[in-house]
Amino acid sequence: MKWLAKHRFMILRRLVQITVILLYFGANAWGWTILEGNLGSSLLFKTIPLADPFALLQMSAAGALLGMDVLLGAAIITLFYALIGGRGFCGWICPVNIVTDVANGLRRILRINEIERRVIINRTIRYWILALSIALSAIFGVAAFEFISPIGMLNRGLIFGIGFGGAVIAGVFLFDLFGMKNGFCGHLCPLGGFYSLIGRFSLIRVKHNQERCTLCMKCTEICPEKPVLHMVGKRSEFVVQGECTNCGRCVEVCDDEALHFDIRLLARKS
Amino acid sequence: MSKEKLPPLSERRRFLLQALQGLGLATLGALTWSAYLDEASASSLYLRPPGALAEKDFLSHCIRCGLCVEACPYDTLKLARAGDNVPVGTPYFTARMIPCYMCKDIPCVPPCPSGALNESLVTKMAKDGKETLDITQAKMGVAVIDADQCIAFWGIQCDACYRACPLINEAIVIDASRNERTGKHAFMAPRVIGDVCTGCGMCEKACVTEKASIFVLPLAIAKGKAGSNYIKGWDEKDEKRLETQTGGGATTVTPVSDQKAVDYLNSEEF
Ligand code: SF4
Ligand code: SF4
Ligand code: SF4
Ligand code: SF4
Ligand code: SF4
Repeated sequence: MKWLAKHRFMILRRLVQITVILLYFGANAWGWTILEGNLGSSLLFKTIPLADPFALLQMSAAGALLGMDVLLGAAIITLFYALIGGRGFCGWICPVNIVTDVANGLRRILRINEIERRVIINRTIRYWILALSIALSAIFGVAAFEFISPIGMLNRGLIFGIGFGGAVIAGVFLFDLFGMKNGFCGHLCPLGGFYSLIGRFSLIRVKHNQERCTLCMKCTEICPEKPVLHMVGKRSEFVVQGECTNCGRCVEVCDDEALHFDIRLLARKS
Repeated sequence: MSKEKLPPLSERRRFLLQALQGLGLATLGALTWSAYLDEASASSLYLRPPGALAEKDFLSHCIRCGLCVEACPYDTLKLARAGDNVPVGTPYFTARMIPCYMCKDIPCVPPCPSGALNESLVTKMAKDGKETLDITQAKMGVAVIDADQCIAFWGIQCDACYRACPLINEAIVIDASRNERTGKHAFMAPRVIGDVCTGCGMCEKACVTEKASIFVLPLAIAKGKAGSNYIKGWDEKDEKRLETQTGGGATTVTPVSDQKAVDYLNSEEF
């Protein structure tokens, strides 16, 4: 029971992640019409288009004049994360998050964290990769990141059959397990960087209550984007940095209820 | 003489070195990535779904959602997996395994959200201006016959491809000629009419030889190009090109060109 409570958001997130894949899979295998396509572009209830705005950005840079459905779909997704979800895509939808979370969990169990060597990659590198994706798309006339995206490979792999893409996913897993803590999602992935940028001002946010904090620092230990929790134990305020994936791990590990999800505007008024 | 100890790096120098390091690594990444993109988008030995834009445009438009794949009732279309030698995640088909059955209602094209599959490329306008989907407009590729291996060219009776073709007698015809070797039989050799063939691959699938002796190649590979300087003078439509042609048709004017070639031909000397 205690375990369940301590993992309530993680369980919920896995449920959402798996349900999304299952709906896509069912659409392909059994003709379900709830959610068709994949994370690149999909059709919800046969009417509402959804599309990956980062892919759209690359394709536009590549010079493609895209169809209405993709444009509308990308607008819907952008609005949703910009206004509400923040970087929630990473915590709640992306299948690679399951892989990197498992790697991270194993790191803790095997205590690999304790032999950590000097960090060689900076967390801002994802924004450079993001810029590079756009630049290379423009130069080569193709969506550059989509050619190598482990997210796309895993997502399609789970829906249509995995193939050699499995090697790329294994690479990400091993990198995160032995190479670097939160190496892929926290440092390299340009899609995560993209959602960090557009989700910066979203309403759903984690809030810290300094008065309750006992400085156990379990939250910063578990957080995949540690720097965003810089205020813990110091000031009561919202986690405002876009890199927070809204995964809620910090909220559930805190034994003192010093962290909780809140809505930015409402809280400000009260 | 003892070696002088170097002074610690100044702030400024440290900053510059870090910037240089970042720049260097970014260039390294960009070069590797570019090389891969170049490689991955260079080959084009695969067949795209009906209504696909020309390969270069197709690659920049397709968002790799798989909606076309899901719509195909024959499981013809596949989304490329890493290692398939097709840009990863894009739809293609292998005619010898499952050809395109040339569905009358072309279910794969309308769901495409990005415009990579374009209805206008498989639409026919009736005389009254009404537009209807017409799969015979499709140009997925063109069938090519290896006359050395096709047993019909050996004199053995086989018209499997001809009968399999959904456009029998239009896209494949049979040429009969006398078999001089036996003196009493005929060669019944298949011939593809390139303008009509849609590249569906039904013929390739049906071919009886161990490896198909008729196979579909993408247009860009199978087709030659005569260039604008050859004109079919006996074809009224083609001759119109003379009037509309711009560029390349420049006329050099020299003192001698006072007299036109035609005048010269018509002068008494001839
Ligand atoms: S950072 Fe990238 S791979 Fe990780 S969860 Fe976010 S989108 Fe997925
Ligand atoms: S026309 Fe029919 S068989 Fe051919 S690719 Fe489209 S859906 Fe599949
Ligand atoms: S439906 Fe269009 S965008 Fe989607 S995979 Fe097929 S061709 Fe690409
Ligand atoms: S010749 Fe072959 S590829 Fe062309 S339309 Fe006929 S069956 Fe299809
Ligand atoms: S099916 Fe193959 S062997 Fe037979 S006529 Fe056609 S190309 Fe030749």
